[in-house]
Amino acid sequence: MPVERRGAAVDISGLRREYVSGQGTVVAIDHIDLKVAAGEFLCVVGPSGCGKSTLLRILAGLDKQTSGTIKVDAKGWAVENAMVFQESGLFPWMDVETNVRFGLDTRGVSRSEADPRVEQALKLVGLSKFRKHYPHQLSGGMRQRSAIARAFVTDPGMLLMDEPFAALDAQNRVILQAELVRLWEQTGKTVIYITHSIEEALLMGDRTVIMTAQPGRIKQIIDVPFPHPRDLLQLSASAEFGKLKLDIWRVLEEEVNRARAEMEK
Amino acid sequence: MSGLSAKTQERLLYLISPIALLALWQLLLMAGIGDRRFVPAPSDIGWRFWELLRSGELERNAAITLYRVFAGFFIGSIPGIVVGLLMAMFRPVRIFFDPLIASLFPIPKIALMPLLLLAFGFGDASKIALVVTAVFFPVVVNTYVGAANIEKIYWDVAKNFGATQTMVFRRIVFFGALPMIFAGLRIALAVSFIVLVAAEFVATKAGIGYMIWNSWELLQVDVMFVGIVTVGVLGLIATVILQEIERKVIPWKAE
Repeated sequence: MPVERRGAAVDISGLRREYVSGQGTVVAIDHIDLKVAAGEFLCVVGPSGCGKSTLLRILAGLDKQTSGTIKVDAKGWAVENAMVFQESGLFPWMDVETNVRFGLDTRGVSRSEADPRVEQALKLVGLSKFRKHYPHQLSGGMRQRSAIARAFVTDPGMLLMDEPFAALDAQNRVILQAELVRLWEQTGKTVIYITHSIEEALLMGDRTVIMTAQPGRIKQIIDVPFPHPRDLLQLSASAEFGKLKLDIWRVLEEEVNRARAEMEK
Repeated sequence: MSGLSAKTQERLLYLISPIALLALWQLLLMAGIGDRRFVPAPSDIGWRFWELLRSGELERNAAITLYRVFAGFFIGSIPGIVVGLLMAMFRPVRIFFDPLIASLFPIPKIALMPLLLLAFGFGDASKIALVVTAVFFPVVVNTYVGAANIEKIYWDVAKNFGATQTMVFRRIVFFGALPMIFAGLRIALAVSFIVLVAAEFVATKAGIGYMIWNSWELLQVDVMFVGIVTVGVLGLIATVILQEIERKVIPWKAE
């Protein structure tokens, strides 16, 4: 399926977010300058507490920067972004179908228009048969699939994903990674994907942003040289992949150690 | 009992303690221990129960009590739910109601009875009003706690998907609070019976509470016991119905 149009483009400059607490001011992220191209799959990795989730929450409109600007060129997409959370965030009191339709209901999409779109989104993630199930009746992998369908159904210009597969077991994670890459290849949406796994970032993304430990700054941006469409399993077994992973691990290792030293102080 | 399923065995076990207690009670009185005029045997109570049913007196009093309980329960719990949800959503509402609830909740509601008699007279209205005051507080507090403790991620999802305030209220806050709302309703139901029967002791000529108090004055101890047992049975049935409704309304609640 050829991609008809590409997702939103983002231009972030001088972004800073600080929190004022009893002990003083904590800078979560600072000096973030980042351009995300339309239709790009961008991964962000960094040690825990490096503010990568803060960055995503600001992009999602759930948090506000202290200073700096974000310019989004929505490229005519009606919905700017949709977020997929780590713990799925499915409403336990709605069945899968109603959960998926939620983002259409909030935008006042009529039932007759929403139904085929929900249908298609469920099909996209292979959950058509489970539409009447409640989240507690689903496995972790199925819950994340529902959450992805709920984000896709609104047809957003950009998908914001906060470690969406971190809580899954290894097999499910591999399967869902491949599915997400396939969906992205088909739809051309911009994806900003937060993860703590270098491997995951390299497998899926076009570029990987490595962040420093507190305060979160961009340490390095790496172009991932592997062409799409990708066969993730084969890619993960290749020598080039192993070498790149090791290089990045060296970069990240410094940060992890620094973060640990910081904590022990 | 080996032929019975584990569940049936459990149910039988469940019945053993009350039956054994009644049997012991009966046997002690039959053996001449205790005065049957003051402590009637279960068989005496059963017999009187049957007589009161046949005459229609028990049904009439039970119907009146049930009418007062349910009228008060509905009139009191609906505003309780609405105010509780609004308190969780809007800070000014919470600040407005917090001191009122903190000061009015601890007042024994039966102490309001004279005041309510003044306001509503000796008819059903004053009794229903009493139940309303007793029901409102546990419902409002439970609803507020339920709505205030909805996990943050659901608010985030709603915001990210562009939900309006009304939508958040109708589709997230209400349903998220529903398990706690039902916990509040269960307490409120029991409290309804407690305050109403007490009110019926003094301020009426009908209802199970009246029946109990009147039989005390006439020293018809068996009738008194029939009244007490009836209150317990009615409360039990009402609670079971409420639990069934809860199971239907909250299908996502894990067993």
